[in-house]
Amino acid sequence: MKKYVLLSTFILMMPICLHSQDLEAILEEESSDTTLVVASTFNGTRLLNGHSVETRKTGVLEFLISHRFGRVNSGFDQLFGLDESNIRFGFEYAINDKLTLALGRSSFEKTFDGYVKYRVLNQRTGVKPFPISVTLFGSATQKTIKDYLPENKPTFSERLTYTGQVLVARKINQNLSLQFMPTLVHFNTVPESNDPHDMVALGLGTRIKISKRVSINAEYYYNLNPFESIDVKNSIAFGVDIETGGHIFQIILGNSVSMLEKGFIAETTGSFFKGDIHFGFNISRAFQIKKTN
Amino acid sequence: MKRIYFIVFALLFYNGINAQEKFLTKEGYVSFFSHSLVEDIKADNNQVLSVIDTVTGKVAIQMLMRSFMFKKALMQEHFNENYVESYKYPKATFSGEISNFSDLNAENDETEIIGTLTLHGEEKEIRTKVQVKIHEEGILLTGDFNVDVADFKIKIPSIVANNIAKTIKVTFELNHKPYK
Repeated sequence: MKKYVLLSTFILMMPICLHSQDLEAILEEESSDTTLVVASTFNGTRLLNGHSVETRKTGVLEFLISHRFGRVNSGFDQLFGLDESNIRFGFEYAINDKLTLALGRSSFEKTFDGYVKYRVLNQRTGVKPFPISVTLFGSATQKTIKDYLPENKPTFSERLTYTGQVLVARKINQNLSLQFMPTLVHFNTVPESNDPHDMVALGLGTRIKISKRVSINAEYYYNLNPFESIDVKNSIAFGVDIETGGHIFQIILGNSVSMLEKGFIAETTGSFFKGDIHFGFNISRAFQIKKTN
Repeated sequence: MKRIYFIVFALLFYNGINAQEKFLTKEGYVSFFSHSLVEDIKADNNQVLSVIDTVTGKVAIQMLMRSFMFKKALMQEHFNENYVESYKYPKATFSGEISNFSDLNAENDETEIIGTLTLHGEEKEIRTKVQVKIHEEGILLTGDFNVDVADFKIKIPSIVANNIAKTIKVTFELNHKPYK
């Protein structure tokens, strides 16, 4: 009998012990159910030429100005490519945290472009962790340069191209992020009849932070079935990201002159290691158009 | 034997009282405000955890830095990535005591709260006025105090030095409910 009484006394005392736990322990217990979305996998919406998984938050309008100069091996007469400048400017608006719509114009081949970007999954830590971030990207471009004879005027649809991408990224730690980009590019018109209309490419990218505001980025696209009529090279780019308040400044060295997916993935002809390198930069300025709280 | 039953009963009873000694909130409010000639910056956190022990007057508070909401999303990202380094120091905590807690009542609800604020891995003693409203459903703590950014070793780059105040005003409103 005594044994039972002692046992029950002990059991009854247990809640007291629980209640006398210190306040910090209570807070730890109460806060243990949090799940956090992993933020800032990349600094900006661009890795270098192509997109990163990042989308802007609700109500942000991003104005992006990008330049790609000529090839650095074009000599002093061309001031190492600086005489030749290609520009793209774009307005990119985040309707919400997941969905971004954008319009842009490139001087290279006088091309208009529009894209839709949608964040499907976020990397998370905590009680319900998830290992990767996934963003879908779809774009269309329209070339408007009059590089044809008047009697051969192409239709609007003949000059359209489309790109679809699944961007998959993981922030390994605070300083290292990796991204994988399976890509499909479709051309309504191809240079020669034996050229493919649809191209598959696999992209790989990384960001390595070297300080709080500076990172080194690299990006590579391997084209599985390139055009056969032109000598296409895989797109490769290295760059430095510098973040200054509301701006992101990216300095880029790459073998592509185009800043559009269909251009740098399918139509790059420069050989990076033979010095066909285009110096370039992206400058992004974000404006909060709609207040979030 | 009877005595043992009495002890068991007393313990049960004591246990019942004990349950009312602690008051908790998981939706406390803390905001900070920075005023400068260039811009005003305000951030709100509505997910602050706070617990009070009414026997001792001790208080423990914690909040996730990531839960501070800014008007500009990019500012919020920079706050976490570059200023408070949330990935390294995810939480801010306060551990302290309300002075003369047992003397407080409806007429006399102003006192002091003294304790240690830990933020960005740095500790700082805080001593500030607090209003303690003990009502039917719980205990409401309200007040504000100022902190110096420099005390917490938060580096502000020179190009934005004019945008961010040296002294930040912190406001809190913590409405505690009986715990369990």
